[in-house]
Amino acid sequence: MSGGRVITLQIDGRDCGAREEQTILEVARENGIYIPTLCHLNGLHPVGGCRICLVEIAGAPRPLPACVTHPVEGMQVTTDNPELRRQRRLILELMLAEGNHICAVCVVNGHCELQELALQLGVDHLEVPALYPSREVDASHPRFGLDRNRCVLCTRCVRVCGEIEGAHTWDVMGRGLQAMVISDLNQPWGEAESCTGCGKCVQVCPTGALFEKGKSAGEMVKRHLHLPLLTAMRREEEAGE
Amino acid sequence: MPPAASASSGPADTDQAATPNIPQCTPSNTPKHDASDKRWRPVEAAMRRNGYRPGGLIEALHAVQRSYGYIDDASMRALGATMQLPLSKIYGVVTFYHFFHLKPKGRHTCVVCLGTACYIKGADRLLQAISREQQMQPGETSADGRLSLLTARCVGSCGQAPAVVIDDLVQGQAEGSAINRQLARLNGREEERPAATATKGPPAAGEART
Repeated sequence: MSGGRVITLQIDGRDCGAREEQTILEVARENGIYIPTLCHLNGLHPVGGCRICLVEIAGAPRPLPACVTHPVEGMQVTTDNPELRRQRRLILELMLAEGNHICAVCVVNGHCELQELALQLGVDHLEVPALYPSREVDASHPRFGLDRNRCVLCTRCVRVCGEIEGAHTWDVMGRGLQAMVISDLNQPWGEAESCTGCGKCVQVCPTGALFEKGKSAGEMVKRHLHLPLLTAMRREEEAGE
Repeated sequence: MPPAASASSGPADTDQAATPNIPQCTPSNTPKHDASDKRWRPVEAAMRRNGYRPGGLIEALHAVQRSYGYIDDASMRALGATMQLPLSKIYGVVTFYHFFHLKPKGRHTCVVCLGTACYIKGADRLLQAISREQQMQPGETSADGRLSLLTARCVGSCGQAPAVVIDDLVQGQAEGSAINRQLARLNGREEERPAATATKGPPAAGEART
């Protein structure tokens, strides 16, 4: 952790000390300054893919992602202003419009990082038309499921599987709107030989795209038809005494 | 997985000349990834040139496509095992680049350019018209293996937008009806010939090629 030159920079007008190998996001967090993130996850390599962590840097022509930008001596960083908030909101809206994010019927409703971000950034409606794609759901794994309709392509699952588990079952195929997460040779997850079934991808998924089976709304079936039987048997028992 | 034996067999590019420009795939010539399949040798050579390092993946994929005309699952598995690459990564690379194909291409190809200039000139409507008439989705090959309908991001003929490339020949200012007529002519010409000659090399439009 130690080593590297020490740099001083200003984040939101506050003087901060940093090592040159750190990222702006790390420095901000060390100093208790909040920057929203989505694809970033402590312990995985940052990719700067989601652009939610955009910050303004004095002298830079455009906002830069804090999770992959390193501090420079004398740098002046702004993490929050109306323009940044507008941009983050638009990025999030585009993400929401690209998939099918229907919180009411989602397994992670209430525990979803995407939903949390939308609340935080005040996304209560979409200004861009939603695409409502029909993407395939993969329920072939015995314990887990993948609903691509809820995937935002943050690649956390790809990274955790490759970097931490070492299996690299997941990757992204295609490009643009057709891009999607696949296991092995675009096989059903349950047939992917490289998958160890460790479930790390499910744990790191920020949305309900990767989920444990048995937790979706449709699977929450209540069984109360046995009640009359129980009462009848109890009555019999009591009568016997 | 290609056995080590094929690595010591030396560069064998002689069989390359015999490979037709548009390789055909029949059950008898599906890839076999060992020394018994001469067409795997250029692939082996491509991997060896890069010391079997993962960085040589794209070059190896080019070699597979040159040899077989497309890249099938077995080839990807063989590459993965030899170069120690995860299957999903190889699949991701193959599907990212338009040049690579997962299925055998048809004997004729019709590539509709969807670049910016062509798009402005109505390439999307053009593609729809062709797709409807030929009853194929972009990226598909007809069931009889006659025609592949493909798309590209700019073929470098923006001045002739919208451009369609039929069997390597660029058609400028393309119109749906004219292209469909031409595709029908290609099919017709093929029917006139005996099957044996129809499968040899890139037929049709050959005389007009510059």
